[in-house]
Amino acid sequence: MPTYIKWRDGRATLVEDVFTNIADGAGMTPGEVIVSLGRFQTEGEALLAEGRKVGVRLTSAEEAEALAYDLPRIAVVALELPKFGDGRAYTNARLLRERFGFTGEIRAVGDVLREQAVFMVRCGFDAFEPADGSTSEQWDAAAHRFRHVYQRSADGRTPAFAERQG
Amino acid sequence: MYRYDVLDKEFLADRSAEFREQVGRRLSGELTEDQFKPLRLRNGLYLQLHAYMLRIAIPYGSLNPTQLRKLAWIGRSYDKGYGHFTTRTNLQFHWIKLADAPDILDHLASVDMHALQTSGNCIRNVSADPYAGATAEEIDDPRVWAEAIRQWSSVHPEFSYLPRKFKIAVTAAPKDRTAAKTHDIGLHLKRARDGALGFEVMTGGGLGRLPHIAPTIREFLPVQRLFSYLEAILRTYNRHGRRDNIHKARIKILVAALGREEFARQVEAEWEKIGPGPDLPDTELARIRAAFAPTAFETLPSRSEVFDAAKAANPALARFARNNLKPHKVSGYSIVEISLKAIGETPGDATSDQMEVVADLAERFGQNDIRVTHEQNLVLPHVKLDDVPAVWEALAAVGLATPNMNLVSDIIACPGLDYCALANARAISVAQNIALKFTDQDRAEKIGELKVKISGCINACGHHHVGHIGILGVDKKGEEFYQLTLGGSGAEDAAVGSALGPALPYDKVADAVDTLVEVYLRERAEGERFLDTFRRTGVAPFKEAVYADVH
Repeated sequence: MPTYIKWRDGRATLVEDVFTNIADGAGMTPGEVIVSLGRFQTEGEALLAEGRKVGVRLTSAEEAEALAYDLPRIAVVALELPKFGDGRAYTNARLLRERFGFTGEIRAVGDVLREQAVFMVRCGFDAFEPADGSTSEQWDAAAHRFRHVYQRSADGRTPAFAERQG
Repeated sequence: MYRYDVLDKEFLADRSAEFREQVGRRLSGELTEDQFKPLRLRNGLYLQLHAYMLRIAIPYGSLNPTQLRKLAWIGRSYDKGYGHFTTRTNLQFHWIKLADAPDILDHLASVDMHALQTSGNCIRNVSADPYAGATAEEIDDPRVWAEAIRQWSSVHPEFSYLPRKFKIAVTAAPKDRTAAKTHDIGLHLKRARDGALGFEVMTGGGLGRLPHIAPTIREFLPVQRLFSYLEAILRTYNRHGRRDNIHKARIKILVAALGREEFARQVEAEWEKIGPGPDLPDTELARIRAAFAPTAFETLPSRSEVFDAAKAANPALARFARNNLKPHKVSGYSIVEISLKAIGETPGDATSDQMEVVADLAERFGQNDIRVTHEQNLVLPHVKLDDVPAVWEALAAVGLATPNMNLVSDIIACPGLDYCALANARAISVAQNIALKFTDQDRAEKIGELKVKISGCINACGHHHVGHIGILGVDKKGEEFYQLTLGGSGAEDAAVGSALGPALPYDKVADAVDTLVEVYLRERAEGERFLDTFRRTGVAPFKEAVYADVH
């Protein structure tokens, strides 16, 4: 079974991936699946009715708002980074956590590099499919790079200004 | 001045360690140059024509003597004994070895400095009025807000992979010395009728290929709500800014495409949803504000007999005083501008020796405070008039007393083809040739304020669009040509200049500027600057004279 990196209780660990990523146009497989937003909108009801877990893949051009009313039924939101420099997924992740209260998995897929670990964890991603072959140890080290942060974000870390108040 | 506490210091140390590891992976061959490029660019390290260039951040252009001495030392130890101050108030070293870069960053961190976010599509070094804390014009100290923005923008989780780079300026005086309206966001501190402090928020300015002057999207933002509002702007831009074309990716293109009203509406709608969560608590703002509390000024008479006598005895000092001293808010003090535009030298360059002299002067006479301006000069913001003769003498001894602030030879120029891989044409030597036309200082003073700005390519690092006279280098079949624009301004009366006519060859540019000046002197009415005359007469008399000369 394929593996990916999961962020749990502030640590990165390698876990088995029970979800199958279904490409648009590809045949459906049994079990837990991740489908595109378009496919979820047409097939989601039926898939959920079968009692399986369903995840939805958003391209960086698609906005988290499109899922707002479905989130309680969705197990995973996979945010695609077409290239590492496309930062729209960070906004989607924060909104999913902070505005829509999503508690399921937010998974980074696509051009996902270890240098982004800090940003991703802070924005509420908790699952990663690194494209650079990073191990969970490397991912963990990269995500813990900074002892202090300056902003409030989806990870709930105490920002410097609050640390200073003691 | 703000002093880094243990949190700020540990943050920098962590960043420095990360970069050392990345350079190690590059040097060992684990990373290819292509893979390394986005990482080094996060740390201000560019690969230029001859070597690596390291761009060091000078947040809101503010330095203490220890920091400036460290820069001088780095220049001597790792470069060729000089550095280049930029229009972003950063300092660039142009002759850096990759293997040295991690050590340099550690040396910088030891004096609370870094190269973080001086490149890449993130929020860049924030700029502020170089006269902050010294000018009577300001209604609040913009450094308080610039420092808060520095912290908020450092490794911002959501806004570090924007469509394009993002620049913010803060000013608090009617006279704008930050070029706020050419920034992605310009913040202008104002007081409401009830005394409340707020920002006029301007968004969508920028130079480059498609220059825009930033429109105002909010007349008055209560200062306490700054960070939630910045998040709303950045989020709107991060989501909707173009990512398909690097030349149309700046926020200015989004604001222009949506229109000011629609862009503002989207920002306000997002702001409402965000709420006050990202705003800084008053206690933190008070902590930062306290760091910028005025230092102890002495009670002095408004005139200094020592200074007046020295001026009377020395016309060179008198000339320096006329051009390089600016009024200070405290009686008996002055703001001293240090020109990095010595005639015939490279605009913005300072040698390590010169940096050390400025550091010493700031320590002895200037309350340990040094500023860098976006016009590539330095400022000692708090000098007693009694001490000006000594300061002037020490500056003159190292070629730093050029009395040309805001005059024709106080030119902004990018590094151009002498250093930069993007350039089409030289900029530095064009600046030098122009300056050499105006070595007669009486004539230069008679001409008065005249801002010449030169870029070696369309990316406009030399701000040519907003020069009273703007000069843009272009490549025409392998030859350097220069397009001239007139009537631009980066100040409170911001405007993009308009084209004079066909591009001129390299060896005609300085003559053309001379001709433009002659037309101005002929046409000007009482009290008019070059810019005012141009705006009254239009381009016709200038164009006629320049192209009559050429043919």
